[in-house]
Amino acid sequence: MKFAVLVFPGSNCDIDMLKAVEDVVQQPVDYVWYTSTDLSQYDAILVPGGFSYGDYLRCGAMAQLAPVMQEVRKAAEEGKFVLGVCNGFQILTEAGLLPGALIRNNSLKFRCHPVDLRVENAGTGFTKDYEQGEVVRIPIAHGEGNFYCDEETLASLRKNNQIVFRYAGDNPNGSVDNIAGICNEKGNVVGMMPHPERAVSELLGSKDGARMFTSVLNAWRERNGAASVR
Amino acid sequence: MAQQVSAKEPTIEQIAEQKIYKQFGVSDSEYELICGFLGRKPNYTEIGVFSVMWSEHCAYKNSKPLLRRFPTTGPRVLMGPGEGAGIVDIGDNQAVVFKIESHNHPSAVEPYQGAATGVGGIIRDIFSMGSRPIALLNSLRFGKLENDRVRYLFEHVVSGIAGYGNCIGIPTVAGEVMFDESYEGNPLVNAMCVGLIDHGQIQRGVAKGVGNPVFYVGPATGRDGIHGATFASEDLTAESEAKRSAVQVGDPFMEKLVMEATLELIASGIVLGIQDMGAAGLTCSSAEMASKAGNGMELYLDEVPQREEGMTAYEMMLSESQERMLFVTEPQHEAQAKAIFERWGLHCAKVGKVTDDGRLRLFHKGEQVADMPVKALVDDCPVYNKPSKVPDYYLKNGSIDTNRYEQTIDLNDALKKVLGSPSLASKEWVYSQYDYQVRTSTAVVPGSDAAVVTIRGTRKALAMTTDCNGRYVYLDPEVGGRIAVAEAARNIVCSGGEPLAITDNLNFGSPEKPEVFWQMEKAVDGMAEACRFLETPVIGGNVSLYNENAKGAIYPTPVVGMVGLVHDTDHITTQEFKAEGDIIFLLGETKAELGGSEFQYAVHGVTEGRPPELDLETEQRLHKAVLGLIQQGLVASAHDLSEGGLAAALAESGFGRGLGATVDFQSNLRPDIALFSESQSRILLSVKPDKADEVAAALEAAGVPSQRLGKVGGENLTIAINGHTAISAPLSEFRKEWKEAIPCRMK
Repeated sequence: MKFAVLVFPGSNCDIDMLKAVEDVVQQPVDYVWYTSTDLSQYDAILVPGGFSYGDYLRCGAMAQLAPVMQEVRKAAEEGKFVLGVCNGFQILTEAGLLPGALIRNNSLKFRCHPVDLRVENAGTGFTKDYEQGEVVRIPIAHGEGNFYCDEETLASLRKNNQIVFRYAGDNPNGSVDNIAGICNEKGNVVGMMPHPERAVSELLGSKDGARMFTSVLNAWRERNGAASVR
Repeated sequence: MAQQVSAKEPTIEQIAEQKIYKQFGVSDSEYELICGFLGRKPNYTEIGVFSVMWSEHCAYKNSKPLLRRFPTTGPRVLMGPGEGAGIVDIGDNQAVVFKIESHNHPSAVEPYQGAATGVGGIIRDIFSMGSRPIALLNSLRFGKLENDRVRYLFEHVVSGIAGYGNCIGIPTVAGEVMFDESYEGNPLVNAMCVGLIDHGQIQRGVAKGVGNPVFYVGPATGRDGIHGATFASEDLTAESEAKRSAVQVGDPFMEKLVMEATLELIASGIVLGIQDMGAAGLTCSSAEMASKAGNGMELYLDEVPQREEGMTAYEMMLSESQERMLFVTEPQHEAQAKAIFERWGLHCAKVGKVTDDGRLRLFHKGEQVADMPVKALVDDCPVYNKPSKVPDYYLKNGSIDTNRYEQTIDLNDALKKVLGSPSLASKEWVYSQYDYQVRTSTAVVPGSDAAVVTIRGTRKALAMTTDCNGRYVYLDPEVGGRIAVAEAARNIVCSGGEPLAITDNLNFGSPEKPEVFWQMEKAVDGMAEACRFLETPVIGGNVSLYNENAKGAIYPTPVVGMVGLVHDTDHITTQEFKAEGDIIFLLGETKAELGGSEFQYAVHGVTEGRPPELDLETEQRLHKAVLGLIQQGLVASAHDLSEGGLAAALAESGFGRGLGATVDFQSNLRPDIALFSESQSRILLSVKPDKADEVAAALEAAGVPSQRLGKVGGENLTIAINGHTAISAPLSEFRKEWKEAIPCRMK
């Protein structure tokens, strides 16, 4: 399985995402520059966190116009696995690949700390190695992680089982329905504010994020008829 | 010499007759010296350039004689003071690069940008050495949080640090914040950056090779920050508000691009010399690079990217627009360098040439507008040995008995007061605004004695901390200076690291006052002695003088930034109690020492007397013993005893996992003194019950006095002295005071 980690000007969790892939699933992984116009060789596209274009405009609004995003749209349509974390989630909503929007935290402050997340949908390609309803500990670090959508969108997110993670303890940013992560209708595109790549070893305080990476490898292997790994 | 064409600029004669140079902090005698070096009177651009190069901020003219007293070499030191940052070998062909710098005055008038650009500046110092920045720290001082203006400054300084560090993607992993009236109106904002480098990549800021082109990279130059270095070298006054234009504006996104491109450029091997444009901007970087190579430089100012129209040579040379770098390469590498910057969307402009005449010559609009000897700019600023005088307060304090206060009976309440004092209280409100985990290497996050950052591909890690207790330094600068270094080292040791070296930020009042200069002298002596003894040389730092408010000088605050090497990630240790039943040991001796303590301040409302004593031999013995125990895997938790003494340390150790403790110890001191004395060279350890005897024996063999205090566990914190309960309450009650002190005041 081959992973791509996108790099926009201002991405800063790209290195962490790449290291997590290397450390957790030991699969080939490349940085892919925002100007790239070909993602055909990759099976999973990871859109990392950071401050693309400084977040000087609305978060993700500039990045979604980058040439590589056309290819991400194509990959998503083809059913490839796409994960957006933090700024990556913001970019995917701006690109229209996921519904809703991420607005300023209700505290009006950047917040960095571990949070408890409940796995609400253990059926996506990125969450199949979790138990449905399981509570995991993964850190957040964002100033604009307050997920917002209108009533109608929320109803359809619930109906289609598109809510992937909810904050299990305090809601750190005021998000609608305590939403921390969602997926598209097909379930192959996932966006989340917490950083699974920061929770892949005991030394970092939690290993709970590692299963996001094993999940996608297993999902890909199942799809391609290969044996799963644990 | 051509006169700059500008209606506003004074003529050479006006500068001389109206003594306009005085506005820039240049004295009459310095002006005469400048005329001598030039062989004529300086024009406006030249006097501007000289004034910033000869400011305290750039030339250390008042502090140089003192800085020479620091030990700056050692077997591990690869680069000492003088370059962007110092470098220390950590083995395996790797080295650690670090430096601290202040942005006090800008933060006093424009807290968000002042703090943000302080962070941006120190990051540039690190990556301009060729090093990848891996962590940020800071050391902050404010007045009391009851004051509206203080809350405004505190809120926006923290937000400025967060805004810059979070965006550029370097974790802010540790720091300290203290509050005291002394800093009202003149907050201290010191930022430190730590980087990693392979030995072969180390760069220097030198303009090598006569005829080589000089390149400018980064955003265009604007009129911001003009005379920032001069502004930093005078007292803050009511008029300082009018100098808001001396504060620069930061763009962390731009710096992220400049950083990545610069590191890529350096890795390509074509850079001969590189330096960031920090204080005094283009002036300082060009003059220093030429000076270090023994060369000269010509700058063609029309080629300098400009953000505003009609900028004069004076404005371009003195602008402190941020995120800019100057580098020298050979002519044949120009295309390669430009291609690297273009990939990152950056413009790189050829703005000058290395010359052999030892002069800095500036050309603008077809004319030579300045011509100055580089050596005069960089090396020939006069150095002043200021008069020094023992202050009256110091003499008076010598006879104050700090045990004379009426005995405090309600010690539960006293501990709550101490833990609820903002200086000691939880700083979660601060550090939860910082991204302390980006780069996924932060093994010990903010809140413990020191942060620990792992080094990928090795089993090693770096422990880092900033420390200084300004009250101790005020009460006795020499002892306080010694304590600042010793406490930093103790924090490193408690985290499982071997102290390597320090960077220091000397924050003092006006050196024109003999009493302030005495504080500087004594503090430097104390620090130097401790550095020599503990083998942690000073590899670089910063001096910030003229920190004054209406009531006078701030507490002398020589902040120590220390980095230590953790040889194996298995040695990483934190302050929090780990498990019920673990045995608690107190190492070191507790004496009746309340001078300068948090208890004295929070309960009795004074800061007086003499600070705790510090014996360096005792300190070193303690460090060796504790580090040995940690490395043998015998220690569950280790916490340095500092502000708030034993009582605060026991409570703090319990907060992490909500583990109480039951303690009973022998003491012949009055209970309130025994619990809150801030005697130095003490550490609290917790160890597994089956290791307790081994630990006790090892400590005895090492000559470190220790007492078995009691056990970890339960929901209460109960402290008895000689069998009599002194403190007993649910740990959660103490935690509430500690945790809510700052958020409550900031609502």
